[in-house]
Amino acid sequence: MESTQQTESKIIELKPFTDEMIVNMGPQHPSTHGVLRLELRLDGEVVREAIPHIGYLHRCFEKHSENLSYPQIIPFTDRMDYVAAMNQNWGFCLAVEKLLEADEKKDFEVPERAEYLRILICELNRIASHLLSFGTYGMDIGAFTPFLYAFRDRERLLLLFEKICGARLTYNYIRIGGVSEIIPMEPGSVDEQNYLDEVKEFLDYFEPKIDEYNDLLTANSIFSERTMGVAVMSEEMAISYGATGPNLRGSGVDWDLRRDEPYSIYDRFDFDVPVAKNIPELGAVVGDCWSRYKIRMDEMKESVKIVRQILAEGLPDGPVMAEMKAVRPPKGEIYFRSEAPRGELGFYIVSDGTPKPVRVKGRSPCFSALSALQELSRGLMVADIIAIIGSIDIVMGEVDR
Amino acid sequence: MNPEEIYKTLIDRFGNTVLGFDTELAGDPNIQIAPAAIANVCQYLAETDSLAFNSLMCLSGVDMGTKDEEFSVVYHLHSLRHRHSVVLKTTIPKTDAHLPTVSHIWKTADWHERETYDLYGIFFEGHTDLRRILLPDDWEGYPLRKDYMEPDFYRGMRVPY
Repeated sequence: MESTQQTESKIIELKPFTDEMIVNMGPQHPSTHGVLRLELRLDGEVVREAIPHIGYLHRCFEKHSENLSYPQIIPFTDRMDYVAAMNQNWGFCLAVEKLLEADEKKDFEVPERAEYLRILICELNRIASHLLSFGTYGMDIGAFTPFLYAFRDRERLLLLFEKICGARLTYNYIRIGGVSEIIPMEPGSVDEQNYLDEVKEFLDYFEPKIDEYNDLLTANSIFSERTMGVAVMSEEMAISYGATGPNLRGSGVDWDLRRDEPYSIYDRFDFDVPVAKNIPELGAVVGDCWSRYKIRMDEMKESVKIVRQILAEGLPDGPVMAEMKAVRPPKGEIYFRSEAPRGELGFYIVSDGTPKPVRVKGRSPCFSALSALQELSRGLMVADIIAIIGSIDIVMGEVDR
Repeated sequence: MNPEEIYKTLIDRFGNTVLGFDTELAGDPNIQIAPAAIANVCQYLAETDSLAFNSLMCLSGVDMGTKDEEFSVVYHLHSLRHRHSVVLKTTIPKTDAHLPTVSHIWKTADWHERETYDLYGIFFEGHTDLRRILLPDDWEGYPLRKDYMEPDFYRGMRVPY
């Protein structure tokens, strides 16, 4: 019980607070999406302060990188966001390629075929990542069925990844200068046709499912009650905290690197960028948990759209890997960011002209988004904390690196 | 605005605390700022209408090697309004690694500065909550320094594997 005692008048003023209780949520809590510990300071069931303690999954990515050559670092990026590892591979390779391009003796270009394969596979990976986010969010809130549906569909995607690179989760597929050809797929061959047919089959199966999931969870009244109007992140707050990707667009900012700073060949494809809006008849407010979640559901449709365009055009002929001697960027530094499923994934690389980098920093989108949790959760109920964590969609492997 | 125009604007406003504009190396050109002025320069960049750098994309410490006497801290800024970006760099001596905080300008700097403190031992003055973030509170030393030697044991557990 908090009290302030005035020495002269001997009046004891009681504040209407119960004893502050400190509860540790995690690091083994099922809804913390990995190993995150929240130190909750509670007033009854109201959260006065939720202080995140991270670092349980710190695997020294940056320190390791300083002792490895550039191609050797790629498998380490797989372990950052292990739910969308293709996008992590790509983000790193893009940064290295950008630095290599700055060299005057530049003698390589990423082949067209590799660019198509990269977008194809990364957009499929985006769907897989959003599916996992959708499924686990449902489970956090108390709906178990969406989780099973999501994992059923994600399994088909993982099989597609396995067919192209041999791995289900940590791919090491996208390499500097192209993509890996560990499982050969000749241009125009039966293998290629079979693979593209399987992708098409998946899209035909999956596209109607998105509407089904929207009926099942998005419009579910219990789910809406738990998420609509909860933990509203304003536009200014989202930008200031460095929230990116679906979290930023969920706060109503129309910004997508794939469209606004197009890299690779994204400018050739036609897709929309979903941005949250107020929906008064439902009760959704821009920046609440539901808006952030809904952006991901809409983005899956856009990813399907992009992949369909690739299938319609077909993969171009040619090699999948640029001919290059050794990866040896010039002396200099680069910061390059790409749009991963969880937001802007940046890599800051400092090179001194040797085959090993001097410094690699991974700017993780989840790290920045998670830092907003403390301010978002102040004054809410304990159950809302779970709704917030699910809605900002963190992967602890990337937060802790 | 491109980085060169921003550099000229900063020279006009801050004079000799803006130390130079480095375009020689490959990649992003950066504007070098004196460490004591970094918070003021950032505040100016964030609050001036024609610049409006409302997002701090990345804040990183850099140690170029054991021969080097200085750490660098690099700020990657971006403006969602004007859609331009700039790189600021400041260098501080390794023996006295102190720098004013920018966490009051961009809230994302809070955790990024904590991470830089945790891994490099750079102290950000004015930061309200400068604690270790990735490593345990009782960890000794700053691992991303190039002269860092890992301890043999941490709480009775062998560290090198």
